[in-house]
Amino acid sequence: MSKNEKIEGHFGDFGGRYVPETLMAALEDLREAYPRVSQDPKFKDELDHLLLTYVGRPTPLTLAAKMTEEMGGAKIYLKREDLAHTGAHKINNTLGQVLLARHMGKKRIIAETGAGQHGVATATACALLGLECVVYMGEEDVARQALNVWRMELLGARVVSVTSGSRTLKDAINEAFRDWVTNVEDTFYCIGSTMGPHPYPTIVRDFQRVIGLETKQQIMEVEGRLPDVLVACIGGGSNAMGLFHPFVDDTDVRFIGVEAAGHGIHTDKHGATLTKGVHGVFHGQRTYVLTNEDGQIQEAHSISAGLDYPGVGPEHAFFKDSGRAEYVAIDDEEALDAFQYMSRMEGIVPALESSHAVAYLRKLVPDLPKDQIVVMNLSGRGDKDAPQVRDMLEARAREAGAK
Amino acid sequence: MTRIAQRFAELKEKGEAALIPFVTVGDPDLKTSEMLIPALAEAGADLIELGVPFSDPVAEGPVIEKASERALAAGVSLQKILNLVKAVRSQVEIPLILMGYANPFLHMGAEKFAREAEAAGVDGVIIPDLPPEEGELFFKALEAKGISAILLAAPTTRDDRMEMIVSRSTGFVYYVSLVGVTGARAELVEGLEERVRSIREKSSLPVCVGFGVSTPAQVEEIGRYADGVVVGSALVRVIEQAGEGQAVVDAAKSFVADLKEPLRRS
Repeated sequence: MSKNEKIEGHFGDFGGRYVPETLMAALEDLREAYPRVSQDPKFKDELDHLLLTYVGRPTPLTLAAKMTEEMGGAKIYLKREDLAHTGAHKINNTLGQVLLARHMGKKRIIAETGAGQHGVATATACALLGLECVVYMGEEDVARQALNVWRMELLGARVVSVTSGSRTLKDAINEAFRDWVTNVEDTFYCIGSTMGPHPYPTIVRDFQRVIGLETKQQIMEVEGRLPDVLVACIGGGSNAMGLFHPFVDDTDVRFIGVEAAGHGIHTDKHGATLTKGVHGVFHGQRTYVLTNEDGQIQEAHSISAGLDYPGVGPEHAFFKDSGRAEYVAIDDEEALDAFQYMSRMEGIVPALESSHAVAYLRKLVPDLPKDQIVVMNLSGRGDKDAPQVRDMLEARAREAGAK
Repeated sequence: MTRIAQRFAELKEKGEAALIPFVTVGDPDLKTSEMLIPALAEAGADLIELGVPFSDPVAEGPVIEKASERALAAGVSLQKILNLVKAVRSQVEIPLILMGYANPFLHMGAEKFAREAEAAGVDGVIIPDLPPEEGELFFKALEAKGISAILLAAPTTRDDRMEMIVSRSTGFVYYVSLVGVTGARAELVEGLEERVRSIREKSSLPVCVGFGVSTPAQVEEIGRYADGVVVGSALVRVIEQAGEGQAVVDAAKSFVADLKEPLRRS
């Protein structure tokens, strides 16, 4: 139990297990198995070996020299999760969970996916470790992300198109829960972020902590001190929590989470759950959610599929209310500009998710003193977004030409 | 004595199990739901479960999930459902139980919901994603107003947890017959009778069985060993196929009368 959890499974008022009774026994098994298996030296060695030889960890900490110079404030380092196998931090979690499932004797893995990143990472881990894999994906996302559907199938997974509700990520999660309720005896649900019922937010956080642990060691090596600010984008919150959590007791280190403002937080098309949401219960957890006045969950919107979620991990909700972290929002246009900015400045194409963090650096860093150090989690690479961004930029150019 | 306890006492006297139909409120519209409640009571329902639609109902199969979508599209809210209960309460004595997901109830707030539910004449609440550990404050607020907090037990529920559930539930215990989501199944699960009998031994409350029950024959069989039987998806499908207005009422009435028939002792 970590120190934020006064009652096991709860982070302050948040977290918990809000699930149908049928799943309580499975969550109880997982709660019992997770600390036992994950502390077993055999499991640890196996996971460490995979992270080293398969994922390519540790990922580098890169000084963003040109961005630092151009912004003229604090020194900027990038934690390069874009260089992990499959191109994002997601693999840290899926390898951990799928290995855990195998140690628990489960034969079948289910997962949800929005744009397909977590689905691909889960399919990859299942291919490597030899488990059956079923991925739920909203019908809308299946149409928009045909290439990722093909990638998952190439990796041996079965992709199920979800036609209920809004046919996006939240409905894919609902359908994964329904599968789990039905097949709970032999199936392991591999959740893609620091969210869901206890103990998932803790498990995913622990598997992503490797990001922050490496960062701490790397920054001590090059700078001889801790950073002043950590910045990361937030959908469910796993890359941010992975970076932040090992620094939680270093109270001089500021945490800043960057949400998706979509068309703007004054509109109804955004994914800024911590900025604009209210306390509620959704997908098995008590957290911040986007709802209407009747408590019905609203659809989120973002240019980036990974931030397009109307909930957020409960430990982030706790960090917000306790003041440990600050949460801000960046809109679609700012993210699109940042996508191009980092590509030209550093020769690194960031994922649209990570581009939100880049965009916030451009607001934050110029006002920080030069002797400060900022570390941004570059959670994924942007190759997956290139066709979509190209189309949007061409549309933007046509619009400008027409005026 | 609460209306729920009263109803089970009457049935016990007659040696009958309760028939508990489920309808999603606002499917196809609120007006039809208002007509349905007295009609179902007249057709032989002993208690009625009123489904409160939710955007993300994770325990529902496709039939109730779609009904929930239709009701939300028609503009139904928890507040409107409370208003509807208030409007029909004067016409019927039948216990009315709201069944829905946690967020709309918690969003309204425990105290406010309990106060308004009492004023409207709601007798009980079933919330599948609010287990007793997380729902303690909410359930206390309900019980303070004499509203039953009906807890669910499942095939996967282990013995020590079962003790806790039967001791904390009020009104009755809702036993989920199968490992899965709501929806009609051709066969009842093997070993159901034994399981229900063992829960009844532990519980001083009536034990009712739901999920996967759709035919008069299944109702009859469960009625031999349980205190009540819930039929949801099958009725919701009848309503969906009947269209709207009086046609819905007639179809639902005749379906419920057929379900009740094998349970009657007199």
